[in-house]
Amino acid sequence: MANFETVTVETDVLILGGGMAACGAAVEAAYWANKNGLKVTLVDKAAVDRSGAVAMGLSAINQYVGLKDGANTVKDYVDYVRNDLMGITREDLVADIARHVDSTVHLFEKWGLPIWTDENGKYVHEGRWQLMINGESYKVVVAEAAKNALLANPKNQIFERVFIVGPIMDGERCAGAVGFSVREEKFYVFKAKATLVAMGGAVHVFKPRSSGEGMGRAWYPPWNSGSSAYFTIKAGAEMTCQEVRFIPVRFKDAYGPVGAWFLLFKSRATNAMGGNYMVERVDELQKWAPYGRVKPIPANLRNYLGMLDIMEGKGPIYMRTEEAIQKIADTYKDDPKAYKKKMKDLESEAWEDFLDMTISQAILWAASNVQPEEKSSEIAAAEPYFIGSHSGASGAWVSGPEDLQTDETKPVYFWGYSYMSTVPGLFCAGDASGASSHKFSSGSHAEGRLAGKSAVKYALEHNTMPNVDAAAIEALKAEILKPLDVYAKYKNATTDPDINPNYIKPRMFMFRLQKIMDEYAGGITAQFTTNESMLNRALELLALLKEDAQNLAASDLHELMRAWENVHRMWQAEAHVRTILFRQETRWPGYYFRADKPKLDQENWCVFANCKYDPATGKWEMMQRPVLRVFPEAEKATV
Amino acid sequence: MPSYVNPEKCDGCKALDKTACQHICPNDLMVLDKTTMKAYNRDASMCWECYNCVKICPTQAVEVRGYADFVPMGASATPMRSSDSIMWTVKFRNGMIKRFKFPIRTTAEGTAEPSGGFTDPGSLNGPELSTEPASLGLPKVFTLKG
Repeated sequence: MANFETVTVETDVLILGGGMAACGAAVEAAYWANKNGLKVTLVDKAAVDRSGAVAMGLSAINQYVGLKDGANTVKDYVDYVRNDLMGITREDLVADIARHVDSTVHLFEKWGLPIWTDENGKYVHEGRWQLMINGESYKVVVAEAAKNALLANPKNQIFERVFIVGPIMDGERCAGAVGFSVREEKFYVFKAKATLVAMGGAVHVFKPRSSGEGMGRAWYPPWNSGSSAYFTIKAGAEMTCQEVRFIPVRFKDAYGPVGAWFLLFKSRATNAMGGNYMVERVDELQKWAPYGRVKPIPANLRNYLGMLDIMEGKGPIYMRTEEAIQKIADTYKDDPKAYKKKMKDLESEAWEDFLDMTISQAILWAASNVQPEEKSSEIAAAEPYFIGSHSGASGAWVSGPEDLQTDETKPVYFWGYSYMSTVPGLFCAGDASGASSHKFSSGSHAEGRLAGKSAVKYALEHNTMPNVDAAAIEALKAEILKPLDVYAKYKNATTDPDINPNYIKPRMFMFRLQKIMDEYAGGITAQFTTNESMLNRALELLALLKEDAQNLAASDLHELMRAWENVHRMWQAEAHVRTILFRQETRWPGYYFRADKPKLDQENWCVFANCKYDPATGKWEMMQRPVLRVFPEAEKATV
Repeated sequence: MPSYVNPEKCDGCKALDKTACQHICPNDLMVLDKTTMKAYNRDASMCWECYNCVKICPTQAVEVRGYADFVPMGASATPMRSSDSIMWTVKFRNGMIKRFKFPIRTTAEGTAEPSGGFTDPGSLNGPELSTEPASLGLPKVFTLKG
């Protein structure tokens, strides 16, 4: 076996990840831990300053409820999320995040994030829930507060460039995590009383549209590799909404954001004939009632209407940027000076939208000689992503807060500690927790704070270090380092290290996974459509892939990380396929379409589809959980 | 590529304890070649073009060339990031230049105070986070009881 030093770190609370949710967890856990004499440790596979989904920056904060100004209520946000997710959402969790998210946004502003304000000092909204920001350094500022909070107490620790592979257990209880440094030959064992998973969603599970260099230009970052899903599945946690993937419609190829164009600039999207699918296909929405009748129209249904245009050969679809900008500027047409200034401001806003968060799209515009005020740009549906923080919902099934339960919901949605999974001592936030969509960056941070506080409470009330079997640790070490051993053993069997009959390299392993998912589980090649036979075929092929995972080979620490990232993706893929197979209907047609079950089935399937892997037997269990209302359904007339 | 290193400008961060681009890359792509003492991007197809290596490089040796499989040649976007703002120079394929400047933060680097100055005692068993209800701007946290 590769000769790595084993480093053991003991901590009360262990935060895994370094993105928005993990930074929220760090700020909050540090506060309560400090008050109670506990230690907090954070582990990130990258550098906290620029890790996670906000590493590049963002041009908007997508969740701000505006409670202090009476702009909206907590219930308003719950109604919005429930409808956007076609009825499937945990109202207790969405409400909990909604009641705290403004507090987090106000902290961001204090920490130094520039939020746009109008002449009266009020936040500038992109849409009802979205705030415009100058967000180039969004993550830097949020990371700074997290590090300042942790490092104020010398016993807390931050580990960077340590890749977490999976959980360690003390019977049913999570006892921490194991992983390795990607910089030096060290194997890490983190033992903890409470473990908080915030390692993001999953990208590159499906074949992306660009398969050359541009593969890296995923909409969500390529370093989101399914580590949260793997960790929670392997710990034996019940998972939810594993079928609810997200497909973003974005500017084509470079995946620049469309939110500002649709919401702030009020742009239209039109097809080759100049038609607007949102107008021409409005009757289709009736088939997806009651959700098809809701305003705003759920994201997946908007996607679906555009996809129907493409499938009928009516592409390309263009975002009419020139028309939108002209329309806004025209309101100033009687004042040439004001008109000129407005055009300049709009141009700057349009470019900043990309330069803050998708610089590639700015390069693509410049490389194509596109000026948005003069020429439209193509938009398209991207490939599927697993992102419970956005308009997807995949993640672990977690306990809600006790004070947001009704008599009916409490026995089903509450088990002691909010944001704890069904595994004692294992907490989840951000993309790691499911059925609480539309958290985005701010809500993920707020959820991280809630989970961080809850984890401290658990650690205090279970204030003994879990027992971890030394032999089990040694077995995990051998398993985790095995790709290095496989490579060392066989590398000289051929003259090219990438072509060897004894092993598979991580890159080809990923391509094999992506091809299976793309063709059989409703990827872009399959026009997002699948059926029972296709899904069963996917499971057959995934089973062979899982066997071959034993033969993954890694030539160095970087490749060892890639090997495990792809194993993580594979487990996310399997949970996804099993859950699409389990749900006998089509509920989110713009995310995936079950051709053999092409309709919404409210009577039988307005429920959560959950799954659970049993580490002892290797068997998966599929189950329904009820969708229960916390807030009375007052808006029935509109739903 | 897509981020690439100009060998004439890269000095391998020899004066520092760690190579800046290697330190910051969220996807572990930037590597220092110990023989040439120059950094390089080891896997262009896993690069998100997040520009963190470009922004952090002390010698401005790192640039980005658009993804070769869908971006026409000849354009660039070049940042100059200071402590409170960022200036972008966008060069078009046809030679046109546009320049934009945006604020990046309103406080001095390193000064983010975790509590934001919102102090509330709170309780581990209550619904309030450490800064609440002050940071909400409300007298109390919302509950179902109203």
